[in-house]
Amino acid sequence: MREIDAGRITDVIERLCIEANQGLPGDVQNAIRGCRACEEWETAQNVLDRIIDNFEIAKEEQVPICQDTGMACVFLEIGQDVHITGGNLSEAVDEGVRRGYEKGYLRKSVVKDPVRRGNTGDNTPAMLYTEIVPGEQIKITVGPKGFGSENMSAIRMFKPSAGLQGIKDFILETAEAAGPNPCPPMVLGVGIGGTFDKAALLAKKALMRPIDVPNPDPFYAALEKEMLEKVNQLGIGPQGFGGRTTALGLNIETLPTHIAGMPCAINISCHVTRHKTEVI
Amino acid sequence: MEKHITLPLTRELAKTLRCGDTVYLTGEIYTSRDAGHKRMCESLAKGEPLPFDPADATIYYVGPTPAKPGQVIGSAGPTTSGRMDAYAPTMMSVGARGMIGKGARLPEVVDAMKKYDGVYFGAIGGAGALLAKCIKKCELIAYEDLGAEALRKLYVEDFPTVVIIDCEGNNLYEKGRAEYLAKRKTD
Repeated sequence: MREIDAGRITDVIERLCIEANQGLPGDVQNAIRGCRACEEWETAQNVLDRIIDNFEIAKEEQVPICQDTGMACVFLEIGQDVHITGGNLSEAVDEGVRRGYEKGYLRKSVVKDPVRRGNTGDNTPAMLYTEIVPGEQIKITVGPKGFGSENMSAIRMFKPSAGLQGIKDFILETAEAAGPNPCPPMVLGVGIGGTFDKAALLAKKALMRPIDVPNPDPFYAALEKEMLEKVNQLGIGPQGFGGRTTALGLNIETLPTHIAGMPCAINISCHVTRHKTEVI
Repeated sequence: MEKHITLPLTRELAKTLRCGDTVYLTGEIYTSRDAGHKRMCESLAKGEPLPFDPADATIYYVGPTPAKPGQVIGSAGPTTSGRMDAYAPTMMSVGARGMIGKGARLPEVVDAMKKYDGVYFGAIGGAGALLAKCIKKCELIAYEDLGAEALRKLYVEDFPTVVIIDCEGNNLYEKGRAEYLAKRKTD
């Protein structure tokens, strides 16, 4: 049994909130540069150049890449041989978010009630997911999620008879409906299987995987590749002004599901798809 | 076509702008998004004045991050304009003419734009660090309790935009994509 102080989790989350908002992950940077090199439409080239300038300025000047510094989605993979001491875990996570968003000059974008609204003033609570895994470490991932793209996400409970074609059509339909709204070039996280709730969580988790790492199952790796190519034939382009570069990546995560169903959730993210991980 | 214009956005000036034009804006603009628009439209419904003179005004749909010491404003890129569709026709009816944001608009907003000679400018969504560099002054003028959603008056210099929808209702999201797809077909 290894003891980890809750205060240490707070410190790491504070730092990850700031770092994730200032520095775009390498895989996303590479994808944007790669798409710029392949893009032949002039308007799209200009937009991609500005997008590259922007993430370089943010890194250099240590400011947020985007003003929507998101809701703090926090994923904790907690080793079953870890004992957290010195405080309540979810309070420790929220304290890390509170401090990170204050010290990092990040925007406080959370309201305390979905209908009655009212800003909480400190960007808490975090959207916290915990998973118990073997081992005696904690893997902490912070993925700030902007809502311009979150709002364009979708979930559908398919009949099994819809099959693979149903999933393919749904991906294209969702990207098409998103159009210029989610700040394309977008990243698509696709969750297939599980239950209604698990499919949505899988879609979110798919966005936390680097976009240059394919699904380990060759069937889904091929589907990721095929659907990314098809989304990039839609012509929406960067910012929706037209062009090839509509999406930078498409990740699929799956789970077994019920004999009667085939849930599919698509979580859309923007060209500022951020996440940062640390293991303690 | 590339154009440099000085605000306010008069009706005459608005009529010269065409969908697809790259337009660099210099002058005063106002920031407002969801909660600010709701409050402004509630004020108008009660017959109360707005916190600023809406005549020929341009409203930037943005909720910036807090300024770091030494900064005028934090990162300040556009938010999704569609959420302001419920309020935009009312704002145009009292004289506001320019809107800066990103994303699609409803037909009723485009109808109001045709009626009042409104212009919808697109700024690059997600480029908040870059766009902040064109904002030279920032003054909080109302609704401070709304935090990032408070109403601010900005002074911008050569703020880069593209006309997405012009006052005749021409739409770059439709036109740009169609032109690209047509070109790809012929290649």
